Amino acid sequence: MPDVIDHRPNRQPQPDRIKRDPAPSRLQYRLERMWLRPIWRRAVRVGVPAFLVAMTAGIWLSDEDRRAQLSDGVQHVLDKVQSREEFLVRTMVIEGVSPVVDEALRKMLPVDLPASSFDIDLTALRLQVMQLDVIESVDLRIKPGGILSAVVKEREPAVLWRHARGIEILDRTGHRVASVTSRDVRADLPLIAGEGADLAVPEALSLIDAAGPILPRVRGLVRKGERRWDLELDHGQKIMLPAEDAVIALQAAIALDRAQDLLGRDITAVDLRNPSQPALRLGIDARNTIREARGQALLGPDGKVIIPEDDKKGG
Amino acid sequence: MAELYQTQRAMRNIRRAALQRGVIGILDIGTSKIACLVLRFDGTGTFRETDGVGPMAGQANFKVIGAASTRSRGMRRGEIDVMAETERAIRTVVAAAQKVAGVRVDHVIACLSGGRPASYGLAGEITLESGRVHEHDVARVLAACDAPDFGRGREVLHAQPVNFAVDNRSGLGDPRDHVGNKLACDMHLLTVDGDVIGNLVQCIRRCDLELAGIASASYASARAALVEDEQELGSACIDFGGGGTGVSIFVKKHMIFADNVKIGGHLVTQDIAQGLRIPLPVAERLKTLNGGVEATGRDDRDMLDLGGDATGWDGDRRPVSRADLIGIMRPRVEEILEGVREVLDAAGFDSMPSQQIVLTGGGSQIPGLDGLAARILGPNIRCGRPLRIDGLAHQFTDPSFSSAVGLALFAAHPQDEWWDFEMPADSYPTRSLRRAYRWFRNNW
Repeated sequence: MPDVIDHRPNRQPQPDRIKRDPAPSRLQYRLERMWLRPIWRRAVRVGVPAFLVAMTAGIWLSDEDRRAQLSDGVQHVLDKVQSREEFLVRTMVIEGVSPVVDEALRKMLPVDLPASSFDIDLTALRLQVMQLDVIESVDLRIKPGGILSAVVKEREPAVLWRHARGIEILDRTGHRVASVTSRDVRADLPLIAGEGADLAVPEALSLIDAAGPILPRVRGLVRKGERRWDLELDHGQKIMLPAEDAVIALQAAIALDRAQDLLGRDITAVDLRNPSQPALRLGIDARNTIREARGQALLGPDGKVIIPEDDKKGG
Repeated sequence: MAELYQTQRAMRNIRRAALQRGVIGILDIGTSKIACLVLRFDGTGTFRETDGVGPMAGQANFKVIGAASTRSRGMRRGEIDVMAETERAIRTVVAAAQKVAGVRVDHVIACLSGGRPASYGLAGEITLESGRVHEHDVARVLAACDAPDFGRGREVLHAQPVNFAVDNRSGLGDPRDHVGNKLACDMHLLTVDGDVIGNLVQCIRRCDLELAGIASASYASARAALVEDEQELGSACIDFGGGGTGVSIFVKKHMIFADNVKIGGHLVTQDIAQGLRIPLPVAERLKTLNGGVEATGRDDRDMLDLGGDATGWDGDRRPVSRADLIGIMRPRVEEILEGVREVLDAAGFDSMPSQQIVLTGGGSQIPGLDGLAARILGPNIRCGRPLRIDGLAHQFTDPSFSSAVGLALFAAHPQDEWWDFEMPADSYPTRSLRRAYRWFRNNW
C-alpha cells in the first residue's frame, strides 16, 4: 500500500485527437477540379455505365449458341402472346354489298381464318380491296370478339357508256362500275357514247334530267370532240347542244317543241351549238316539198339532186 | 516599366477572358482568414424586383454562386510566410467554394495587404500638337509622368490616373476631345515589394489557378465599404485586419493614398495570451466574444471563463473579469489607431475637404471601437459594412469580408489604370506593323 493515496478523481483518458489537415491533398484537389469539368462528369456518369453495359452485352452475345437462344426465346414469347385467344380473328363479316361482290371479296381477301390479329395487315388489305372498281369505300377493322369487319359501300350504277371496246356501267362521278355485254342488261340506265364521255357524266345526267318531256324519245347522248353533247332521238333526229350551258339550250329546244311541235316535223337536226343562232336541218321530204313548190329539181334519198333522165340524155 | 505594362495587360486580358467564360474566383488572402468567392457573370443582370433588393449600385451583372472562408495558414503580416502552408489553405478554401458553386474556377483575382505599400502622386504634362486631346494623348501624358526611384525590387500594383487638366481646367475625369494646348495629369502609383507579389503568384499558380488580377487589400476594402458619396467627397477607409491595418484615402472616386500599419488584431490576441497566460486560441476566443475597448462598471463584475486546459483537469479557474480583458486590449487598439493617425497625418488627410473615416475589417467589430477612434482620429467615424452583392450568404456580409466583396467589385468594374491605355507608339518602335495598322484605322 503506498504511503500517499491519491484521492483525486481519475482523469478521464482523453481520446487521442487526430490532427487532421483540413486541406485537401494536391492529388485530391486536382481530382476534384477535374471532376468539376462537365466533360469529365459526363464521361464518367454516362460513358462508363454505357461502356460497361455494352461490353457485358457484347461479351455475352459473342457466343453463337447464346445468340440463337436469345432470338428463340424472344420469338417464342412473341408467338405466345400473338397466338393468344384474345387476339384470334375467326370470322369475317362483310356488310353492305350484293352477293356477287361479297363472294368476290371473300375470294380476294387472302386471310386464312382463324389468324392472329397481329398477322393481318389492314392497310394492305384495304388497298387490295380498293382495287375493285365496284367498291367506293371500305371500312376494314378488327372488332372485339375476333371479327374482321368490312363495311363496304358500293358504287351505284348511273349510266351506260358505249365506247369502241364495249359497254361499261359508270357511276354518277364517271367511275367505272362494271362491264356489260349488251345494252339490254341494264335497259333502265341512260346510254352515253363517244370518247371522253365518262369524264362528263355529271353533265350528261343533268341533261337527261332536263330532257323530261322528250325522254321517251331519247336514245342517248353522244359526246362530240370531248367537248359538247348531241342528244340523239329516235327517227334519226338529234339535238346538237353547245359546249357551255347545254342544259339551258336543251330547255329552249324543249320549249320550242312544246310550242310548235318542233320535233314532230320533218327535221333531222336542231343545231343549238350557237345558242343565239339556232338552226334546223330539214328532212328530205320537207326540202323536196319546198323545191317542188319552187320548181327546182327534187332531191334523192342520198340528198343529191335527182337529175331528170331527159336532161342526162340531153347533156 | 514596359515589362510591368506587359504583365498587367496580360492580366487584364486574362480577366476579360474569364469574364467571357462567365466564372471568376475572388481570393482574399488575409493574415487571419482566407475567403474565396466564386462569381458568375451572366451579362444580362439577374436583378429582380421581387427580391426586394435595389439595383445594387449597378453591380447586378454578377452573382456570387459559391463562397467559403477558412482559417489562414502560413501568413504573417499580410505576407506569405510559409508557402506550402498558404498553398494548402488556398486549396482548402478554393475546393470548398468550388463545391458550393459546383463550378470549376480557373481564374482568380487576389489581393495583397502586406508588402510595404508605398504611394506616390505623380504628375505629367505634355503639349497637344493638334489642339485637341486624342486617345493617344492620354497614353502619352500618362507615360510622361516622371516616376521617382521606387527602390530595388518594387513592383507597381496600381497606377491610376486621378485627375486630368487641359490648360487651366482641372478636375476632368475624361479629357478626350477637349480643346486645349496642354494636357496634364495626376497619377496615383502604389508600389509593393516585388518578392511578395512573386510569392503570391507562385502560390496561386501551384494551386492550378491563373491570376487574372491583383489589387491592394486596402483599395479593395475601401471600394466595398465606402458608399459612393464618400468616395466622391473624400474619405479614409481603415481596414482592421489580422496582421495589419490598411489605410486608404479616396477622393473623387479615386484612391489617392494607401498605406499599411503593421499592427493588427493578432497583436491584440498575443497581448491577451501573454497578459492572461492562456493559449492563443483561447485568447482569440476571448477577444472575439468578450472583447471591447470601453470599460464600464459592470465589466468588473463580468467574470470570464478562461476554459483553458493547460493547468489541470478542472480547467482554468482564475478569476478574470471583462474589465481586465479590456484593460489589455485597449492600449493595443489605441496603439493601432495612433499608427493610423500617423499615417493619415503623413498623407495630409487634415487638408482634405471631408474628414469622413470609415472603419471596416474584422477588427472594426470590437464594441466601442468607433468611440475610441473618434477620440483619436476625428469626429466623423462610421463602421462600414461591405456593399451588398447578389447571392452572397449572410455570414459573408460582415465587415471582415469587405476586401473580398471589394475585389468582386474590382473584378466587375475595374477602374482605369495606366495599362488600360494603349502604350504610346514611340515606346516600341520595332512594332512598326502595329503602328501601320493603327495609322490605317485612325485615318480610314
